[in-house]
Amino acid sequence: MIHIGLSHFLFVSIVLFSLGIFGIVTRKNAVMVLMGIELILNSANINFIAFAKFGNFGYQGQIMALFVIILAAAEAAVALAIVLNIYKTFSTVNVDEIDTLKD
Amino acid sequence: MTETVLIQLAGIILFLPLLGFIVTLLLGKKIKLIYNFENAIIIIAFSLSVVLAFIKLSYYPQNTVVGEFQWINLGNLPVLGPVSIDLGIMVDNIAALMIIVVSLISMLVHIFSIAYMKGDKRYNRYFAYLGIFTFSMNGIVFTHNILMMYIFWELVGLSSYLLIGFWYEKKSASDAGKKAFIVNRVGDLGMFSGILILFYTYHTFTFDKIFQQIGMGHIPFNSEFWLTVTGILIFCGAIGKSAQFPLHVWLPDAMEGPTPVSALIHAATMVAAGVYLVIRVFPILSGGALFFIAIIGALSAFIPATIALTQNDIKKVLAYSTISQLGYMILSLGVGAYSFAFFHLITHAFFKALLFLGSGSVIHAMHHEQDIRKMGGLRKKMPITYATFLIASLAISGIPLTSGFLSKDGILAGTFAFGSLTGNWFFAAVGFLVALLTAFYMFRLVILTFHGEPRDKEKYDHAHESPFVMAMPLVVLAALSIFIWYTPNPFNPEQGPLLSQWIKAPVIYTPQDARYPFMRSDAAPKELGQTAQANNEEVVFSETYTEAMHNAHVPAMLLSLFVAGLGLLFAFLFYQWKKLNPDKLAEKIKPLYNLSLNKWYFDEIYDATFVALTLGISRLFAWIDAHIIDGIVDGSASLTRYISSFSGKFDNVVVDGLVNSTAYFSGFVGLVFRRIQTGKVQTYIVLVVFSLVIILFLFKSF
Repeated sequence: MIHIGLSHFLFVSIVLFSLGIFGIVTRKNAVMVLMGIELILNSANINFIAFAKFGNFGYQGQIMALFVIILAAAEAAVALAIVLNIYKTFSTVNVDEIDTLKD
Repeated sequence: MTETVLIQLAGIILFLPLLGFIVTLLLGKKIKLIYNFENAIIIIAFSLSVVLAFIKLSYYPQNTVVGEFQWINLGNLPVLGPVSIDLGIMVDNIAALMIIVVSLISMLVHIFSIAYMKGDKRYNRYFAYLGIFTFSMNGIVFTHNILMMYIFWELVGLSSYLLIGFWYEKKSASDAGKKAFIVNRVGDLGMFSGILILFYTYHTFTFDKIFQQIGMGHIPFNSEFWLTVTGILIFCGAIGKSAQFPLHVWLPDAMEGPTPVSALIHAATMVAAGVYLVIRVFPILSGGALFFIAIIGALSAFIPATIALTQNDIKKVLAYSTISQLGYMILSLGVGAYSFAFFHLITHAFFKALLFLGSGSVIHAMHHEQDIRKMGGLRKKMPITYATFLIASLAISGIPLTSGFLSKDGILAGTFAFGSLTGNWFFAAVGFLVALLTAFYMFRLVILTFHGEPRDKEKYDHAHESPFVMAMPLVVLAALSIFIWYTPNPFNPEQGPLLSQWIKAPVIYTPQDARYPFMRSDAAPKELGQTAQANNEEVVFSETYTEAMHNAHVPAMLLSLFVAGLGLLFAFLFYQWKKLNPDKLAEKIKPLYNLSLNKWYFDEIYDATFVALTLGISRLFAWIDAHIIDGIVDGSASLTRYISSFSGKFDNVVVDGLVNSTAYFSGFVGLVFRRIQTGKVQTYIVLVVFSLVIILFLFKSF
C-alpha cells in the first residue's frame, strides 16, 4: 500500500497548475483561458489543503481554500462580464486578435 | 587804490579774450556779426591793459604784485616732501609793459583783419582763434610760475597751429601748421625737462621761490654744471618758440597763414614769448648758460639775415628778418644786456607788426601776389602803406629818430661792452655785420616793392590803397616806431622813463663764481636772506659793467650808424640807381648766392637727417608691426583657428559620435525589445513563466 504523502498532493497540484498555464497560454478562446485560470486556482486550493493536512496550521488552510472558492466564483463572474464586453467591443473572443495592449 | 585791484584787472584782462573765443566759436555759425563781439572784447582788454600799466608804472613802479592761490596740494609725498602747486598772477613792470604791447598789437590786428579777411568762409572762426591766442599770450605774460607758463606756452602753440593752418584746404598751409607744431615740440621737450629738474630740486614752480632758494645757494644736484644745464634746457623752449637756430625752420613756413596772423603771432608777440621766457628766468641763468644763449642768438641773428638777402617772397623776407631780430634779443640777453633785450622786444613788436601789416596791405592790394619781383612802383598807389612801411624799415635798420635805432644801438653797445670786458669780440662783430645786412635787405625790399617802375602792369593797375580799418593800425604802429614814446633824447634811450625807471636789470641769484666775471657783485657777498629779499629795484651788475656799457655807447652808436648807412647805400646802389647789378654779383659768388637762396639747405639737411631718420625708424617699426607683430597676431589667429577646427572635428566626430551611438544603441535595444511587446497577454504570461523559472534556477541555493 503506497503511502500517500505531501509530495503526491503537490505533484497533482503541479500537474493542475501546469495544465492551467498551458490552457491560458495556448487556448485562443477567452473562455477557455478563464477555465485555465480556474485550474490554477484549484491547484492552489490543493496546495492549501495539503499543507493544512500535513502541516501544523489548524484550520487556516481549509478556510483559505473556502476563500479561494468564493474568490474564484466572483472572479468568474467578473471575468465573464469582461469577456462579454470584449466581445461587444471587438466582436470576437479570440485573444490572439486582441493586441491593443501594445499600442 | 590797492594792489588787489591790479590783480583783479590782470585777471579780467587775462580771461576776457577767452570769453570772446568761446562766444565767437559757439555762435559763429549762427550769428554772422559775432566777430564784432570779439573785437569789442579785445578793445576793452586793451583799455584795461592801459589802465593796468598806468596804475602799475605810476603808483607801484618798484613793487611786484603777486596774487596766487593753491591749485593742487599733494600733501606730504614720500620722496619729495610737502608739495603744493600754486597758480597765480604776477604783475611787475615787465608784465605791465608786455601786456600793453600784446593787447595793443592784438587789437590792431583784429581791426586790420576785419577788412583783410573779408569774404573768408570761416570769418568768425578766425576771430575766435585770434581770441584764444590773445588769451594764451596774456597767460604767458601774467604767470608767476613756470608751470602756468608752460601750460599757456602750449596753448600759444596750439593757437599758432590753428592759425597757420587756417586755410587748411591748401596743402602747404596745413603742412606748415604741422611743421610749426612739431618743431616747437622739440624745443618744448627741453623746456619740460628743465622744468622737471627745477621741480625736482625745489618742489615748487613759482619763480620767486625758486629764485630765493638759488639765492640761498641751493642749486640742482649741488653742481653749477647742472644749473647751467637747467638754464639751457629751459632756453630750449625759447629756441623753439622764438624760432632760434637750429629750430628756426618753422617760422618762414608759418607765413602760409593769413598775413595779420603773421603780424600778431609770428612777428610781434608769440615768437617774442621765447625772449620773454628768458627774461623771466634770467636770474637763474649761469654764465655758461648765458654764453650758450649768446651763441645761439648770434647764429640766429646772422644766418637768417643772409637768407633774407635773396628771398623774393615779401613775407619770407620779413620772416627771416624776424628770426634775425629775435636772435638780436637773445644775443643781447646772452651778453647780459637784459634791459635792451626787453626794450628791443617792445620796439621790434611794433615795427615788425607794422611791416607785416604793411605787407598784408600790399598783398591785399595786389590780390594775394607775394612775389616782390612782380611788384614795384606801389609808392604812388599806396601812399599810407608806403610811408608807414618806410618808417618801420628805417626803424628795423637802426636809423636815428626811430625806436629801432635806440634799442638796436643798446644791444650793439651791450655786445661791445661784453667784448671790451671779456675780450670776446665775436658777438660784437656778428651784431654789426647783421646790422649791415638788415639795412640792406630791408631797403632791397622797400625799393623792389614800392620804388621804380611797376613790373606787373595788370596787377599794378588794380592796386589801390587799403580801407580805413587797414590803414589805421598802420598809422598807429608807425607812430609807435618813433623815438618820442620811449625817450625825449633820440640818441640816448636811458633818458626816458622806460629804461631809467621801469626796466631794471634783475637781481642775479646764481652763485657768484657761476656768473660772468663782470656780473659779480662788487661788494662782499651779502647776507643770503637780504639778497633774496632784494627786488628788482637793485642792480647787481658790477660797477665795471655799468662803466663799460657807458663807454660802449658812443662808439657802438657811431659804428652802427655807419654800417646801417652802408647797408642802405648798397641797397640803393643795387636796386634804386642800378649802379651795380645784383644778378652779376650773384653770378660771381654763385655758391654763396645759392646757399642763401636755398636757406642754407636747412630744410634739405633736416629732411635728409632728422626727418629721414624718423621716417626710417617709423618704417622699421611699421615693418616690425606689419611682419612680426601682425605675424604673431595672425599666427596666433590661425593657430586658434586650427585648434578650433580640430576641436570642431573632434566635437562632430567623437563627441557627437558617442552621443549618436548611445542613441542608436538605445534605438537598437528598443527595436529588439519591441518584438517582445506584442500586446498579447498570453505572450506576457509565457514570458512571466519563463522568467520565474529562470529566477528560480538563479536562486537555486535557497
